[in-house]
Amino acid sequence: MTTASADAPGHDDDHGHGHDHPKHLAHHFDTLEQQFGSSKLGMWAFLLTEVLFFSGLFVAYATLRANNSEVFSYASSFLDTKWGAINTVVLLISSFTAAMSVRNAQLGETSKLKRNLIITLICAGGFMGIKYVEYSHKWHAGLLPPGLENSMFNPETPWIPEAGHHDTDYLNLQRDTMDMAPAERVHFMTTLGRFFGVYFFLTGLHGVHVLIGMGVISWLILRTSRGEFGPDNFTAVDLVALYWHLVDLVWIFLFPLLYLIA
Amino acid sequence: MTNTTPDVHYLNCDKGFKSWFWTLDHKRLGLMYMWSVIAAFILGGIFALLVRMELMQPNMGIEENAALYGWSKELGPANLYNHFFTLHGAIMVFLVIIPGIPAALGNFALPMMLGAKDVAYPKLNRFSYHLWLSGAIFFVLALVTKGLDTGWTFYAPYSLETDTAVVFATTGAFILGFSSIFTGLNMLVTIHKLRPDGMTWFKMPLFLWAIYATAIIQILATPVIGIALLMLTIERVLGVGIFDPTLGGDPVLFEHIFWFYSHPAVYVMVLPAMGVVSELLANFSRKPIFGYRSIAFSSVAIAIFSFIVWGHHMFVSGQSDLVNVVFSALTFSVAVPSAIKVFNWIATLYKGSISLDTPMWYALSVIWLFGIGGLTGLWLGTLGTDIHLHDTYFVVAHFHFVMVGSAIFAFIGGVFYWWPKMYGVMYNETVAKTGTAIAFIGFNLTFLPQFVAGSKGMPRRYFDYAEEFASYNFWSSIGAMTLGVGLVIALYALLKSLMGERKAAPANPWGAVTLDWQCTSPPPPHNFDHAPPVDGPYDHELVRWNEDLQGYEPVDPVDGDPNLARMGSAKLA
Amino acid sequence: MINLVPHLLAFQQSSSEQTPEGSLFFPPKASNFAAESDWLYNFIFWVSTIAFALTIIATVYFVLRYRKSVAPEPQPSPTHSTKLEVIWSVIPSIFLVIMFWKGFELFVDYRKVPAGAYQIQASGVKWKWTFRYPTGAESDVLHVPMGEPVEILITSKDVLHSVFIPAFRVKQDAVPGRYTKLWFEATMPGTFPLYCTEYCGKDHSAMNTTTVVHETRGEFEEWLKGALNPYEGMTPVQSGELAYTRRGCNACHSNDGSANTAPSFQGLMGATREFEDGTSLVADENYILESITNPKAKVVKGFQPVMLPNGGQDLSDEERDFLVAYINSLQAN
Ligand code: HEA
Ligand code: HEA
Ligand code: HEC
Ligand code: CUA
Ligand SMILES: [Cu+2]
Repeated sequence: MTTASADAPGHDDDHGHGHDHPKHLAHHFDTLEQQFGSSKLGMWAFLLTEVLFFSGLFVAYATLRANNSEVFSYASSFLDTKWGAINTVVLLISSFTAAMSVRNAQLGETSKLKRNLIITLICAGGFMGIKYVEYSHKWHAGLLPPGLENSMFNPETPWIPEAGHHDTDYLNLQRDTMDMAPAERVHFMTTLGRFFGVYFFLTGLHGVHVLIGMGVISWLILRTSRGEFGPDNFTAVDLVALYWHLVDLVWIFLFPLLYLIA
Repeated sequence: MTNTTPDVHYLNCDKGFKSWFWTLDHKRLGLMYMWSVIAAFILGGIFALLVRMELMQPNMGIEENAALYGWSKELGPANLYNHFFTLHGAIMVFLVIIPGIPAALGNFALPMMLGAKDVAYPKLNRFSYHLWLSGAIFFVLALVTKGLDTGWTFYAPYSLETDTAVVFATTGAFILGFSSIFTGLNMLVTIHKLRPDGMTWFKMPLFLWAIYATAIIQILATPVIGIALLMLTIERVLGVGIFDPTLGGDPVLFEHIFWFYSHPAVYVMVLPAMGVVSELLANFSRKPIFGYRSIAFSSVAIAIFSFIVWGHHMFVSGQSDLVNVVFSALTFSVAVPSAIKVFNWIATLYKGSISLDTPMWYALSVIWLFGIGGLTGLWLGTLGTDIHLHDTYFVVAHFHFVMVGSAIFAFIGGVFYWWPKMYGVMYNETVAKTGTAIAFIGFNLTFLPQFVAGSKGMPRRYFDYAEEFASYNFWSSIGAMTLGVGLVIALYALLKSLMGERKAAPANPWGAVTLDWQCTSPPPPHNFDHAPPVDGPYDHELVRWNEDLQGYEPVDPVDGDPNLARMGSAKLA
Repeated sequence: MINLVPHLLAFQQSSSEQTPEGSLFFPPKASNFAAESDWLYNFIFWVSTIAFALTIIATVYFVLRYRKSVAPEPQPSPTHSTKLEVIWSVIPSIFLVIMFWKGFELFVDYRKVPAGAYQIQASGVKWKWTFRYPTGAESDVLHVPMGEPVEILITSKDVLHSVFIPAFRVKQDAVPGRYTKLWFEATMPGTFPLYCTEYCGKDHSAMNTTTVVHETRGEFEEWLKGALNPYEGMTPVQSGELAYTRRGCNACHSNDGSANTAPSFQGLMGATREFEDGTSLVADENYILESITNPKAKVVKGFQPVMLPNGGQDLSDEERDFLVAYINSLQAN
């Protein structure tokens, strides 16, 4: 480190932006490698934080699941595996294009970089669109956390479909709980409600991460248009791609845990 | 006397509110953190004194003492008390002690100790501070809207049903959690990547090891409380049924997730404190620290063990017996590295040349206070005795000895140590030492009787108590006031040094050889032009006392300029 | 002002060994666990005190011996010593293992309920304990026979609480939706405090009662009989007054007109009640009965709907009638 600036003794007022400093190098770093290494290490540490952030929820899920495994696997039959699978594929594609864009940035292929980033963004948007479809279906069918007023599982004011309205989920539930004793049924229903509580919480939190990802990817696209990225400046692309892989990874765990346990 | 204060330094290189609020300079951020933390400490201290006032005698009723607290008319004394101890605990933990050393002193000193110009991510650093401010605003919002009465532990289901400002408080704590994570991340990367040539891992000052170990905990544990608080908030707002038993949830699960963070968090408080104490003891004895490697490794060991002992807060919560036994056994594993540290500190004093300046008084106090605090942890880790002692004043006394007695005393010691570097002035030793002594006596008087009250069965979080506990509480309250007086005197010593005729500080008043003492007091805006060469952090023979400077100077200065003294090079050259 | 002298005297008094009030550090030893728990406490106390004394003596000695005025320059000395460090890691470890092991053994005793223990159910609700005995009797003070293992099955109706009897050295949280348990064998007749030690809101510190230890089984049975029907031979109003305290209505409602967590009962009957939803009515027997069985139906203006149906208790129809009669009797003065 001393070597990098050994030629500049005692210029006190130089705030570090000396002529020997490359353009993208912040004043408190000596070399670009050091700067890049720091960014990368920081990002990995941040991803670790994120993993632990989600892990708290996974633990909650696992505890609830362990205590109510039958109800939970029954509950997952209310989720649409088709949409879940499509979303998994969509995210995998976006992860792939994100990885490609890092390479494009390193090689200075600006137009390819832009294309790949846009595909990533579109996939993310598609993911959120599908989530919207799934959410609104559940909202209308009363498949909601038990504390909400229009939830089928609300212990005090359970939601029921309007007269004449044909609601498959509701009818299925009626059919499957017909033989239960009243107390057992109440217990069954609140437990089911909890599944949906956890479902919304986990997927919602993941969704927030996708939205944040869309934000930073858009920002990258903007910067790409300004031609900012190239072989000597691709850190931002690299870090965002790392983040995006994590978002993808979380979904890879969520999908089987929520959709496929039946 | 030679004046070594430079004309342009980080304090006066830029002026105005904006130059501070939007600064990227780690030193300015460190100072702002420090003053913010002290302000929060005073606020938390006021709540502590209100608590002690209520408890001074049985059947007090504090309405008349609560004029400060806006809506006191609407709350009876019992409710008011619950607000006081909750706000006291929450402010002290989330706003004071967790950012205390790592963010305030760490920010100020750590990059300089590395000979670096700044931390790895200055913008993230500023963002952390702004997060701290936002978190603090949420706490203040909670305080001025409906208050908070859940206890700092936010246990469900009470926290789900009370009508106080729980959501504000959990949001605030959530934000503060991320502030702490980003600080930890910054410190971790800075230590990894910005060490100068020659500073190998085992030539780092021990303060850096401590901050490093702390950063690991901050990064790995803090997100878990983030999610726990988020779950609690969502549960309160939407009724998900994770913790709420009326919806079939499990309140004990909340305890697990809460303590998974909050136990490691207690080492976020104490590890940096141990780092400060290691620095102080070595430098004021003018000796290399004894058993450097054991101290360094024990920091990391404590950080790792801290993740697997959380269940010791829940021995009577209804968790399974087997789990209790395992957690009890693991708890003792943390005691060993702590004991190693204490013994190494003492061995450092052996055959030294000990100067009893104010920071050293704090360091020596910490040996006493951490000894008591840590050892009483053993009663609590032992299953057979914790059943009786859990949630009594014994626990309250234990954690004040470790949190206040060790972490806060070390923090204040650190402030006194780096103060000359921060402001380029020396404080009055006599006043400072008077404050220290009064605070030390007051502290012991406050919390020693609480051990007895707790052993006799006085439960915590009680606003009123049986006659048999009266004398302990009376003396405890007297002690708290004494402690308050001592701290006010200490603060006065610091403020006084900035007013009137200032006594300029030399670059190196204490004779330390870590790099933070090798630039001027106060340091120039960018600390060093280039990273100075380094050698061992505790080679005190490289500096000698200079009567003219009223400070230490390098035995063999690089270029003869006392402002640019780079002592480590003496050996290299 | 506070008088210092009595406090000093109180200190002196409590230090005399083993009075019925307990010793310097401990409450009375009134159960099978007390002796062992205190022994372990003392063991840790002495190990720690000795370790602490050694560290402090060494510190003070070094500080005096090597202070700057005496030792102007540091003397050469080793910077580490593997031998020393092993010694001071291993010796404390040995003591730590003993502490853990002793604590573990005692814990096993705490958890192993002897077969045939007398079973009492404890149920916590803000801010009152109710104890239910196998005969069906109920009380808000815990009564137990001496010299017999007693098991307490604990639960909560609302938030977390915790049963703590210092004289017995036992403690266990009450968790809503689960049962937890503790057991003990009382070894000393008398009356001992019982505290709630898990924070549970406003009157957490008032949620305490006592444990009465009956010296013989006969005495205990005698009490049990009386407890089965506590209302025998009383007028409805008297019964209502008893139910008012027995069932913990007094935790929130006063009977003297002062508003607390909840409206006072005094002068309630016949008064105009205004509700949160803007409606109002004149309180009569039916309204009171409804307020007891379904308090959330009409929430009185200015209060939180924190009352559980029946105040969280298993009120019998008879008791509800008593309570209505009692509230009726509390006219405004
Ligand atoms: C800075 C904070 C801090 C630190 C460092 C510690 C350190 C320790 N704590 Fe403490 N603790 C808290 C903060 C802290 N604690 C808080 C805040 C709570 C309560 C929270 C709440 O409920 O609100 C708590 C509660 C708490 C409990 C739960 C009690 C209960 O609620 O029932 C337990 C139980 O095991 C415990 C144990 C320990 C142990 C074994 C250590 C060990 O790390 C101590 C190790 C140190 C030593 C052993 C002393 C030094 C060694 C010597 C002087 C040499 C001689 C040594 C030997 C002979 C062994 N603590
Ligand atoms: C860092 C943490 C911290 C600190 C510093 C303190 C400081 C103090 N605490 Fe606190 N306390 C807690 C953390 C802390 N506490 C926690 C977590 C709880 C549990 C809450 C719960 O149960 O939920 C608790 C609970 C608690 C209780 C138990 C309440 C109960 O259970 O009913 C009591 C009772 O005596 C108490 C007293 C005190 C006192 C007298 C101080 C004194 O030390 C305060 C002295 C400070 C001042 C008087 C301010 C003056 C300061 C200055 C003038 C600034 C000086 C600055 C410089 C020199 C740089 N505290
Ligand atoms: C946890 C505290 C609590 C307990 C215990 C409690 N109540 Fe209440 N009660 C309230 C509150 C708060 C209200 C006012 C809000 C409402 O109407 O729900 C209330 C309202 C009432 C009212 C209507 C009062 C009015 O002013 O119109 C009656 C009658 C009543 N309670 C009876 C009882 C009885 C009988 C018991 C004991 C078996 C009891 N309560 C126990 C909190 C409590
Ligand atoms: Cu019930 Cu505290
Ligand atoms: Cu702990």
